[in-house]
Amino acid sequence: MAPITTIHYLVVAAALFVLGVIGVLTRRNVVIVLMSVELILNAVNLNLVAFSRIWGLHGQVFAIFVITDAAAEAAVGLGILIAFFRNKETVNVDEIDLLKW
Amino acid sequence: MEPVATTFFFYLLSGLAILSGVLVITRKNPVHSALALILTLLCLAGLYLMLYAPFVAGVQIILYVGGIMVLFLFVIMLVNLERSQKEKQFNQQWVPGILAAVALGALFVTIYIKGDALFVRPEMRFPEAENTQQVGQMLYSNYMFPFEIASLLLLVAIIGAVVMAKKRI
Amino acid sequence: MPSFITSYLDKNIHVTPGQYGSPFWALVYILVVFGGVSLAVVCMNWLERKILAHMQIRLGPMRVGPHGLLQPIADAIKLILKEDIIPEGADRFVFWIAPMIILLAVFSVYTVVPFGPTHAITDMNIGILFMLGVSSLGVLGIVMAGWASNSHYPLIGALRSSAQMVSYEVAMGLAVISAVVMTSLNAEGTGTLSMIGIVQAQYAQHVWFIFKFFPLGLIAFFIFAVAMVAETNRAPFDLPEAESELTAGFHTEYSGLRWSLFMLGEYAAMIAVSSIAITLWLGGWMRPFPNLLSGPTWDLAFSFFPALTFFALAGMTFYSTMRMPRHSYFRVQTIGLGAFGAVFAVIGLILLLPGVNGRVQDIYWFIFKIAVFMYLYIWYRGTFPRYRFDQLMKVGWKILLPMGIGVLMLTGIVALRTELWDFMHEALRRLVHV
Repeated sequence: MAPITTIHYLVVAAALFVLGVIGVLTRRNVVIVLMSVELILNAVNLNLVAFSRIWGLHGQVFAIFVITDAAAEAAVGLGILIAFFRNKETVNVDEIDLLKW
Repeated sequence: MEPVATTFFFYLLSGLAILSGVLVITRKNPVHSALALILTLLCLAGLYLMLYAPFVAGVQIILYVGGIMVLFLFVIMLVNLERSQKEKQFNQQWVPGILAAVALGALFVTIYIKGDALFVRPEMRFPEAENTQQVGQMLYSNYMFPFEIASLLLLVAIIGAVVMAKKRI
Repeated sequence: MPSFITSYLDKNIHVTPGQYGSPFWALVYILVVFGGVSLAVVCMNWLERKILAHMQIRLGPMRVGPHGLLQPIADAIKLILKEDIIPEGADRFVFWIAPMIILLAVFSVYTVVPFGPTHAITDMNIGILFMLGVSSLGVLGIVMAGWASNSHYPLIGALRSSAQMVSYEVAMGLAVISAVVMTSLNAEGTGTLSMIGIVQAQYAQHVWFIFKFFPLGLIAFFIFAVAMVAETNRAPFDLPEAESELTAGFHTEYSGLRWSLFMLGEYAAMIAVSSIAITLWLGGWMRPFPNLLSGPTWDLAFSFFPALTFFALAGMTFYSTMRMPRHSYFRVQTIGLGAFGAVFAVIGLILLLPGVNGRVQDIYWFIFKIAVFMYLYIWYRGTFPRYRFDQLMKVGWKILLPMGIGVLMLTGIVALRTELWDFMHEALRRLVHV
């Protein structure tokens, strides 16, 4: 088998990214949409860490920052979800349309 | 020296990661999706270890799996609706969505294959014993400002999440 | 003998099997640790009931074997034979997998626990980070166990238990960081996160970290000790699983063998977090007073401790045998107890042999310290009243967390006091001259 190069890792990251994008675009449940966003962020992290092997440790430091920001964003997003769920008892994105004309 | 079973573990971990990724976006029950996402995150931590990034792997396990996924499971338990599992799971534009995403993926892979000459080989080999020390030094010298901003960001996120989830402000 | 077995047995190798890359010996170590932890859990079961009973001026189990020694085996047989009930409406897959996730998280911690300088399964250079991270995976198992039971007592118990564990993980992390800061004060000036490296840093600095920068090490150890009791849901922080409050909390709906998996996970988690505390603050595998009472004679004196411990245990067992009632009904029990004492005496004699004595020192002192911690756990359970849940969260966030931050800051300042002093000196000098 061919030795594992950087491109192998980038292809895996691209596959995870595409799966995350499909999840965001197709699912109705808000929690699963947020989890797909986490998938996207993880694909980006894998990309960063794979490239850090070529270009130095900056990729790994940036990956740590991405993980930290993903935590903050997940907390805020889920807070919004809970606040909205209290008003209207639904978790489907296409039913969260109070501002629609 | 290349570790012995790199190829085997790479294919195992990445295959498992992609398989659980598919499970994340297709399961009806959000708890099963969350479990599949946990499996994906753990496989990615293994991949980081293979990329000579043990500190990032440790941070991934502590923060992502031990923190963010616990938060997700809490919220799923709080908003769990039995009837939401019997409704439609996919919205009306699922076909264009999948097509667009696959086109994006094809674009990525085309770029990688065409730009193959730009990747430096062989890759650097970091001495694994000093990864934490070097990341720490970089974090406190080059990236000092983003480090402090990240702590401020976390403070804002905590306050925001608490205020939004309170019953009465 | 195939080379993959004998290559690790070479005399010049002073690393753990994981670091050397020998999967066979790593597997052997894994099986030994797994068997040892399971044996320890069985002993803990008996010890907890007996010691709690004696603290409450009663006798505890006395009937099943001589002095209740066969009680854990009887419990195990009972649990295996019980009917496996899955509540109606429970999510079967999640219900089945939750105990396994807890056990996976808890037993993965043991891969880096150092029983000696080369007696660990492996030594990662992110050892303590790995242990903290993997032990936080246990929270996931508890949340899933509570949710999958489809009943409100387990759900509330799981929410409370996981909220408690997550809160005290923060305090644990801060205490651990202040111990890791102390490792950076050795000759090379670089700290380390690896477990074996932390103990070797204590060895090189000739002080257990609990006594370093007195009282900072002690306060950090105290924070970790309180947080680890709360982390494992043990008294006095056991509201989520107390019987009078929530009918056993998140494992209410689990019966038989599945419940025994939770119990195994709880005791194994106790031993795991105790081993973190021992490695970080109490000098790991080093014998007591390595600096104050040093020298070959003291080494020789302390080297008799393993054999003496087993002789003391044999002595206690023989004393109990003498006090057994002299009735034909008790003949089998008396003989059994005497044989048990004889086994202890034989092990003590084996530990006196010079070849065995040298090798067993590190492992013995580590396990001795774990035994002290287990006794402390049982003592807390017998002594302290239970914390109410809001009091529990208040202690975790409002008392331990500020204390942890304070200790960390002070440890950093004291550790770098010369550099800090030089910096301020230089800054003042430039300020005054310009």
